[in-house]
Formats: sequence, C-alpha cells, structure tokens
Amino acid sequence: MNILGIDTSCDETAAAVVADGRQVRSNIISSQIDLHAEYGGIVPELASRKHVESINYIIDQAIREADATFAELEAIAVTNRPGLIGALLVGVAAAKSLAYCYDLPLLGINHIEGHIYANFMAHEDLPFPHICLTVSGGHTLLVEVREGWKYEILGTTQDDAAGEAYDKVAQYLGLGFPGGKIIDDLAKNGDSTAIDFPRPMLDRDDYQFSFSGLKTAVRYFVDRAKAAGTLPPIEDIAASFQAAVVEVLVQKTIRAAKAKNAKAINLTGGVAANSQLRQSMCEAGAEIGAKVYYPPIQLCTDNGAMIAGVAYHKYQNGIRDGLDLNAAPTGSIV
Amino acid sequence: MMTQTFRTHTPEETHEVGEEIGRQLQSGDVVALIGDLGVGKTCLTQGIARGVGLDPDQVVNSPSYILINEYAGRTPIYHIDLYRLQRLEEIVDLGLEEYLEGDGICVIEWADRMEKLLPENYIQIRMAGEDEFTRTIEVRAVGSR
Repeated sequence: MNILGIDTSCDETAAAVVADGRQVRSNIISSQIDLHAEYGGIVPELASRKHVESINYIIDQAIREADATFAELEAIAVTNRPGLIGALLVGVAAAKSLAYCYDLPLLGINHIEGHIYANFMAHEDLPFPHICLTVSGGHTLLVEVREGWKYEILGTTQDDAAGEAYDKVAQYLGLGFPGGKIIDDLAKNGDSTAIDFPRPMLDRDDYQFSFSGLKTAVRYFVDRAKAAGTLPPIEDIAASFQAAVVEVLVQKTIRAAKAKNAKAINLTGGVAANSQLRQSMCEAGAEIGAKVYYPPIQLCTDNGAMIAGVAYHKYQNGIRDGLDLNAAPTGSIV
Repeated sequence: MMTQTFRTHTPEETHEVGEEIGRQLQSGDVVALIGDLGVGKTCLTQGIARGVGLDPDQVVNSPSYILINEYAGRTPIYHIDLYRLQRLEEIVDLGLEEYLEGDGICVIEWADRMEKLLPENYIQIRMAGEDEFTRTIEVRAVGSR
C-alpha cells in the first residue's frame, strides 16, 4: 500500500512515497536539493512563501523518484500539527487538493509522532516498551512508547531545545551554521573536562530538561575568559559544552529506561545524528541491557517518509480525516 | 513617555518582573523585547505568560526554531522569536500582521529586527546583562499608551 507523506511544519518542504509503512520509495527534502537551479527564481530561506513556491515541485519529485503515479497511491498523509501555522497550511492545502482530485483517503498526522516512528522504518525489530528521546532544533522530548504506539510523555524542555542550544552557542562562538555538526566535529579534538559547565536539571528527580542556562553559562564564560586573556582552545569549549548536553540527555533517558523497564532506547530527531550522543547513549544503554536505535540521517531530520509511515498504521486502524482537515500550531501526541 | 527600570539577580526575579508586566497587559498589546543572547528574554516571556493567566502547567519554551508559539491565557498569547530571521523580507514573509492586529497579546523576541513593522503603539522592553547574573529590564511605552 503506497502512501504519499507531506511535511511542511517548519523550514523543510518535504514529501515521500512509502510502501506498507516501512519501505521508503522516495524521500525528498527541500534543503537537500538545489531548488534555485531546479526550479528557478528566488526561494526565500525561511517562510511560508518558500513552501508555496516549492511544494508542487517537491511532491512531483517524490512521485517521480519513487517511479510511481498518483493512481498507485492509496492515501495522502500530511503533518497538520504542531508547527508554524502558515507553513503547515501549505502542506495541508496541497494534501487536501490531491485527496479530492484523486479521491483518496486523507490523514492528518502529528509531526512528533512522525519522529518517534522514524526509527521503526529502519529497524523492524524495535521492541516495546521503549523510551524515545526526540532531540532537534525545536524539540527535546522524552516519551515512553508502548505496544500499539501508545505514548506517555515523561518530560520536555522547559526553555531551549538541545539543538537550539547547539546553534546558539555555535553562533556566539562565531562558528556558523549548523551548530550541531560544527561543535560535534570540534569536540572530537577537545578536552571535555576543560571547563565544568552546569548540567541543568540533572539533580532533579524528574525527566524535564533545560538548556537555556547552559547556553548563558557558555556565553559568560567566554566573555570572562576573553577579558582575562585566558580563552581556552575552541575545541575545549566545544567538547566541554557538548559533554554537558550529552550527559543530561543520556542520564535522564537511562533513568527513564530503568524506571519503565524499557527494552530499548529510540533516539530520533536531528540531534540524533550527533556522534557523542550516539556513543554515550549506546554505552550507557549497554550497561542496563537496553539496545539503542537511531535512524539514518534522512529519517532523523524533518521528512515526509515518517509521516507516511505513521499514517499507514492509522489507516490500518480505520482512521481517516475529512476534507475539512485543519492545521493547528499546537497538538500533543497523547 | 514613561520608562520603568528593574534590576534582577536571578532568573526567578526576571520571571517575577515578567509576571507583573503580564498582569497589566491588555488584549491587542504588542511587547517588543530587545536584548542579546542569554539575557533572559524567554525567561521574561514565561513570566509575562503567567501574568496573562496561562495555566502554570503549560510549558512556555523557546520559539527560536518554530518562530511562533501560541498559548491560551485570559487572551491568546503569541510568542514570536525572530532569532533565525536576519533579513527584513523574511520577517515580512512570516505574515505577522494577522498576529499584530489581532485580539491577542504578541510578545516578540529580537523585535529590533522588525522595528519598521511594529505598530504605532507598543511596549518596548530592553534587557541587558551587567554580569552573568544581574539583568536590567527597561520597560517603555512607545506611542500613546
């Protein structure tokens, strides 16, 4: 069964064709293709208008790369919450038009559910219950996932997302974008014990996160060190900052896995690509007998394939949305 | 033109100042937050949201990535963050008019990037860090309010 999945919840315009919930036939993500060259004209960086200008091209590309036709599709899935409303509406309008034109069932999907599901597309053996840590520029969310994709939200960031802290620290250090990759690379050659940055909320007996104070601590450390002429190598700052982020993420996830007797840890979202986070999580998981799963990079970041994947299961359970489907800026997975 | 200045020494104190400001806000108000990275703009906004009557269980996190977060207080609260938007055209493309001219309260971080797009009347809050902990928060009514 082929489903077209569309995601326009934030920066990316994304569409994919997925067969039977797991077989990715195509997965097109706007930032990974040269729209200026392929499409012509000026495409704004971050705006709803960008989605309007690229959505038809991205969908067309997803169909072509899958070597499929609209007639082969059996449902249209689209992220309709949570996200930037103007951006979401573009995807929802496109999905509704296609569902109407080709007389196909329509399913509105929660973007976060897509991230949680992404690992299952790459790893069919992902067991339940497992603990899922979704970490990206916009999210830091810890969830227990039980059989049948039932969720219990354990904790979330109270201020900045982990990926956001990476980007802001990188920008403050003058390292550029994307901060996660740059800091991860620098950290490999740095001393992670050089600076003792705070581990926010680690001493709290819950699953909440906070990265705003850590970002501020890095900023003022750098300001002070610069003024005193004692600025350590940038690699040491990167490694020490990364060590603080990773320690908090890993310890809280492991704590949750123990408390919930989880058999596995599902690491997802853009920051799941971070090498230190993967390594530390795998080591800590091995100690408690929980295998750590992470998806390939094209399923880590925002994409349409994960949306089509979730939709397959909802479709099997008889879930359909009408052509009155609307987008919403907020929306919990439970 | 009235200006009020606060000095805070902890995030909790910044939060309290935000709550006090939030209690005085009315439907349709626009709050323009200006200040460098790490001075507590999101923290102040968390306080403002509480002051506007947002449920204490509702997390108010940073909208830097998603650009706009919406909450339901005694009036809708739109938490807007222009951190990732460097160019004015990108901000124009965001279509903020609907939010700015609506009945809710808009709190805009990095509002100095859209000075030309701000309404005639708004509340300007400048935040600065004297050191790692001390913050000055300068609240000023721009226009007639």
